[in-house]
Amino acid sequence: MSTDSSLAVYCKGVTKTYGKGTAEVMALRGVDLEVKRGELLMLVGPSGCGKTTLISVIAGILNRDGGECAVFGTDFGDMRDHERTAYRGKNIGFVFQAYNLIPALTAAENAAVPLLVNGVKRQRAIDRAKDLLGRVGMQDKVNKPPSELSGGQQQRVAIARALVHDPKLIVCDEPTSALDHETGHHVMEILRSVALEDGRALVIVTHDARIFEFADRIAQMDDGHIVAVANSPRELKL
Amino acid sequence: MNLIALKMLVGDRAKYLGIIMGITFASLLITQQASIFVGLMSRTYGFVTDLGQPDIWVMDPMVQFIDDIKPLQDTELYRVRGVTGVAWAVPLYKGLLKARLDDGSYQTCNVIGLDDTTLIGGPPKMIEGSLADLRRAEGIIVDHVGASSRLAKPAAEPGGQPTPLRVGDAIELNDHRAVVVGICEVSRTFQSQPVIYTTYSRAVQFAPRERKLLSFVLAEAADDVDPKDLCARITAETGLAAYLRDDFARMTVNYFMKYTGIPINFGIAVLLGFIVGTAIAGQTFYNFTLDNLRYFGTLKAMGAPNSMLLRMILLQSVMVGIIGYGLGVGAASLMGTLSSSTELAFKLTWHLLVISATAVTLICLFSAFISMYKVVRLEPAIVFKS
Repeated sequence: MSTDSSLAVYCKGVTKTYGKGTAEVMALRGVDLEVKRGELLMLVGPSGCGKTTLISVIAGILNRDGGECAVFGTDFGDMRDHERTAYRGKNIGFVFQAYNLIPALTAAENAAVPLLVNGVKRQRAIDRAKDLLGRVGMQDKVNKPPSELSGGQQQRVAIARALVHDPKLIVCDEPTSALDHETGHHVMEILRSVALEDGRALVIVTHDARIFEFADRIAQMDDGHIVAVANSPRELKL
Repeated sequence: MNLIALKMLVGDRAKYLGIIMGITFASLLITQQASIFVGLMSRTYGFVTDLGQPDIWVMDPMVQFIDDIKPLQDTELYRVRGVTGVAWAVPLYKGLLKARLDDGSYQTCNVIGLDDTTLIGGPPKMIEGSLADLRRAEGIIVDHVGASSRLAKPAAEPGGQPTPLRVGDAIELNDHRAVVVGICEVSRTFQSQPVIYTTYSRAVQFAPRERKLLSFVLAEAADDVDPKDLCARITAETGLAAYLRDDFARMTVNYFMKYTGIPINFGIAVLLGFIVGTAIAGQTFYNFTLDNLRYFGTLKAMGAPNSMLLRMILLQSVMVGIIGYGLGVGAASLMGTLSSSTELAFKLTWHLLVISATAVTLICLFSAFISMYKVVRLEPAIVFKS
């Protein structure tokens, strides 16, 4: 296991298989990957290559079958379920393709969810969520439910939610794929400017070539492997 | 997180109302049908409990319930009085006699003959007149429901309202003239016949001539005598059956429970209410959870432990349970209140509220359980599936 303190994510030979017998599918076939603190890494590759499985393993919401994987030096493999859940709640932020905002809650309440999960008092959590919503330009929409927000606005609420509890690592799954070009760009600008503060690391799974320019590094996956890592899309001929 | 759970629940209005409707329906059906059942059963022994005073009912050993009259010889009264420990004993006549109405039709009435001297066994509440008025010639006291319905005088004009029987009116009881001297209130009888009180001596005159006419002997234990022991002593010394009031009421209910299809019919209705309520509420609640699985998964991914999610589901379930139970019991009570002046038997006791609450709790627990099972088994990785 790497002890390099500059690493946010360290994966070595990670494997993951779904199903059994004839239905067995090997999603990860020995992935090696490192993400540094303060780095925005994009995972790209064709559908079914294992990108989502890899960030699920990195985020501790899916158990790997083999290999090593640590986030800020912590290996989920050594933890019990409840310990892993607690670690996720404190250290990892999520941004989803479909936003996953709870329809019955306001923007501020949605953004406050990770704090509430961690036991923070409601008013304090809402105040902090409003601060974050202000930072992503949503200060005038804090009391709106998701149904009254555009896709871009919902994704900004989701970003505020991912950051509200000061996580060390943020994982994003196709954060811009449901957005138009301009909105996607704006969302990425916010993600880059707000999320990478304080030595956080950002891992983004995406197909969206329009946002590759925001990456510090791009890791290309294919058939369960990282086949290339580059500093720009040109190097990968994407 | 509790507020989030409740907001999630209320946010999906259609399902929220669907679950509440299911629980309300179950609670209403269980409470209402059980109340009618209890009301109906309490009518079977209402006459026994209406008579507050005597401790002990003495009767033929073959009597199985209050309306199962097996007359005794008048001399049995003296035999009971002769048992040590009996403070007093009085005769009681109870029988079905035909009353001839003004329009020539006949109405079967429940005629009660009270001891001429003491009038023990009279109606629990007088509305007009007094019990002592029974001592007037040809006097009878009629229950107010019978007086205003089955014994009412036909309307003067076709389509008009019948005129209730009033004090001073006369009717024919088994070809004998009787004059109404009072109107009383009694518990409804199982067969809903009008109840007519008169004296014992007058009742046996009204009754068809038979060798034995004494229906029951009502007895009271002396101050220092245990009524239960006295019952045993009366039975031992006279060969008659003697029961405490509550035991006789219970015996009557048990007869109806055992030999009529009433408990089964109502039991089926209550069971159906429970099953349908469980199915509707359980299915809708489960669908609600399925619809929210993505959000539960999101919460799980964000660090919400299973215990927190289970608490949320339980809270949602308790919330709909309390509302559904309240609405169901409220609706049942309203129906009972609205039907209080009708023939419908309805008696809502605290026991039924507890039974209904237990049934609703089971429905909610079942609904919550199948949802919890789904959420506990939920892989948080579901959040990355689009």
